Amino acid sequence: MTSFSRAVAELKRYPSAVAGLLLIALLLLAGIFAPLYIPYGEALAKWRGGDAWRMYPVNAAPAWTDWLTGNNNPRTQILSTRDASRTQAHFAGGRQEHIALHFDYEADGFPSELNVFLQTDRSARAPFVRLTWLTPSGERFLLGGQRVSAADRISISQHQLLSQRLGQAPHVGLFAQPASRKSGATPVVQKGRYTLAIDAILFGDEATLEADLVVYGRVHGIAGTDHQRRDLLVALLWGIPIALAFGLLAAVGTTLTTLFIAAAGVWYGGWRDALIQRLTEINMILPLLPILVMIGALYSTSIWLMLGVVVLLSIFGGGIKMYRAMLLPIKQAPYIEAARAYGAGGFRIVIRYMIPRVLPVLIPTFVTLIPTFVFLEASLAVLGLGDPVLPTWGKILNDAQTQSALYNGYYYWVLAPAVLLMLTGLGFAMLGFAMDRVFNPRLRSL
Amino acid sequence: MKNTSRPISKATAIRQNLSRFIPFALLRLLGLFITVVIGVYLTILIANMGGKVDELRLLQIRTTVGEQVRADPAFFDMPVAERDDIIESRVTLEVKRRRLDQPFVARSIDYLLAAVRLDLGRSEEMHSDSGAREVSAIILERLPATLLLFGTANLAVFFSAVFFALRLSRRYGSWMDRAVIALAPTSAAPAWFFGIFLILVFAFLTPVLPAGGMVHVPPPEGRLAWGLSVAQHMVLPLAAMFFSSIFISIYSWRTFFLIHSSEDYVEMARAKGLPGRLIEKRYVLRPALSPIITSFALMLIGLWSGAIILEQVFNWPGLGSLIFRAIGHRDTPMIIGSVVIFAYLLAITVFLLDILYAILDPRVRIQGGRS
Repeated sequence: MTSFSRAVAELKRYPSAVAGLLLIALLLLAGIFAPLYIPYGEALAKWRGGDAWRMYPVNAAPAWTDWLTGNNNPRTQILSTRDASRTQAHFAGGRQEHIALHFDYEADGFPSELNVFLQTDRSARAPFVRLTWLTPSGERFLLGGQRVSAADRISISQHQLLSQRLGQAPHVGLFAQPASRKSGATPVVQKGRYTLAIDAILFGDEATLEADLVVYGRVHGIAGTDHQRRDLLVALLWGIPIALAFGLLAAVGTTLTTLFIAAAGVWYGGWRDALIQRLTEINMILPLLPILVMIGALYSTSIWLMLGVVVLLSIFGGGIKMYRAMLLPIKQAPYIEAARAYGAGGFRIVIRYMIPRVLPVLIPTFVTLIPTFVFLEASLAVLGLGDPVLPTWGKILNDAQTQSALYNGYYYWVLAPAVLLMLTGLGFAMLGFAMDRVFNPRLRSL
Repeated sequence: MKNTSRPISKATAIRQNLSRFIPFALLRLLGLFITVVIGVYLTILIANMGGKVDELRLLQIRTTVGEQVRADPAFFDMPVAERDDIIESRVTLEVKRRRLDQPFVARSIDYLLAAVRLDLGRSEEMHSDSGAREVSAIILERLPATLLLFGTANLAVFFSAVFFALRLSRRYGSWMDRAVIALAPTSAAPAWFFGIFLILVFAFLTPVLPAGGMVHVPPPEGRLAWGLSVAQHMVLPLAAMFFSSIFISIYSWRTFFLIHSSEDYVEMARAKGLPGRLIEKRYVLRPALSPIITSFALMLIGLWSGAIILEQVFNWPGLGSLIFRAIGHRDTPMIIGSVVIFAYLLAITVFLLDILYAILDPRVRIQGGRS
């Protein structure tokens, strides 16, 4: 243990090692926090997308981008009739309801979308709903009336007539100052208190109607949202444990199997060693990425299958030659001869005497190997061969690429996963490089 | 090659060397060929586990036979049922001829022979720019683009890394040296990753360079204009590859040279008062040449497989993006064909490396000649 604590003490002298360790510790904490914050099943269900995200804006930037740019972009406001007062008037076979949803709009930018979600229950016939929009300056816009089904959506942003009348998209025109609504002028936001009045005719005594007005913002949360309205935070957070698990497992799997095979080859020698050497050469010919791509295309893109194939293909990887060179002198060491003298078998010597001897020297290599696999997983995902269900950083990048995020100016979509990938890579690489200088005796004096 | 005890003419020495060298090269070539064959066979096994290749060939036979029969004027007046019978019997014949009714092991040898002969079959969905359906034609069309980009990048990285590393090893401990050490961990990220940032900054935030592709659309007239356009498109992918591997390369070469320049014979040369340049050339670089070449070849091999994703990010029309499109189309012959080509490229790299070794290191030659 003393040599270990000495190594740790020496590592502390390298600022890069300390920074790397800090980064890794942060990532590990976040990796533990992610499953607690969003349980596994929930994360998968959420990442599948769909109706759960209907009240989230499309392609909204993270909220903190406003601090950087100094803009005051709107956040999403959800106004429910459950919190609003309503007036009722009964008639034979039903009743008339008037609900007013008031909200303050103080942002400088226009909302990105405007939707009303309606739920009706225990209705004898489909209720009739009419919407009226009131601006702070007292203007009144009729948004039309229609029958609504049990769970309905009135998409005000898609209202054709209204957008023709306003000369702009409804979610811009309805929030613009009257003077700036002329064609050719840049619309300016009118701040103040807006009202959406809902007049409904309900059929049946027990019929109920609830509505949610969603004024979609242009910024959302700390990670923003993607083209399917999904909160990127889910994948950014869950990407951490997945990336760490993949990187660690792949690094452990490849290092240990390669080391074992190299040690066995060195110990037994003869035709076995020759066979291992030839297999290594064949393996060098086999291109890893195209084979992974082929397996992904022909069978499945499950991350665990990929992990298995990565480990399988690196069993006879290039590392063997390096380990062999390290292990060859050890074979002649007196302590191995002592082990043979007491009758230790070949397997025991390989496992208990040869491998432990080179392990410390291999730790730096092992640490620097982890980011390689983290990036490999991301590479596969960027190629469209990511795991079909798991939320990972690579899949965010892939989505961003297929949606031309950079071209459309959604920089956050690319930057957030890229920065996380880079931090992971840097954390392990900085630690690994410093460890290399501490553990590797030939480098210590340099 | 000096022989003080028995002076011989230069011509004899060369002849002697050649007589050792040629068998060595041939043996090595044979060994590599066997390696490629086994590698390709493994690829075929992987691709066949789902029976994909067989399904594909059956389908191919059916379509070709069907086309042949339908296009033949002799069968034009025949009723459909009768024509279908003819197609069916011809398909059965063809299946027998290609031994598709036989067990897989026997047939896998056939696939292997075809793949090794680079008879890669026809693509299902894709075709080359000139319209050819042959997998080999499509691949050959894309190969120059890949070679241009990755050849340039590798050479640039390699030579600048060795050059800077030599300078740094002389000025070990300077701020430049420390900067390189500090920057080395950034190489944990692959080239495509840097590519994303470069595209963001130089193609979108300050649009000075094209974000992707190989030439402008439409391609400019004239050789010079075309070359300039290609050069302009190459800047960003080259920069991405350069940044992703330059610091780690300089770092490892610097360490390597430092270790080598602390050898006793270098100290001796220094004690003799030889000039620094001469020490570098004759005492540090010359013995280190074999490892330098090895790492050069290993870098080549590494970049071959890294090509897919970088080409995809930069929309570079090379082998990598070809594979990517092939995946999109689920075009199995195309995917397998590309893997075979990759295997050959790697084998050629390894072979050239061996030849270079033999030229540089006499020990390899002698050993090779004997075995």
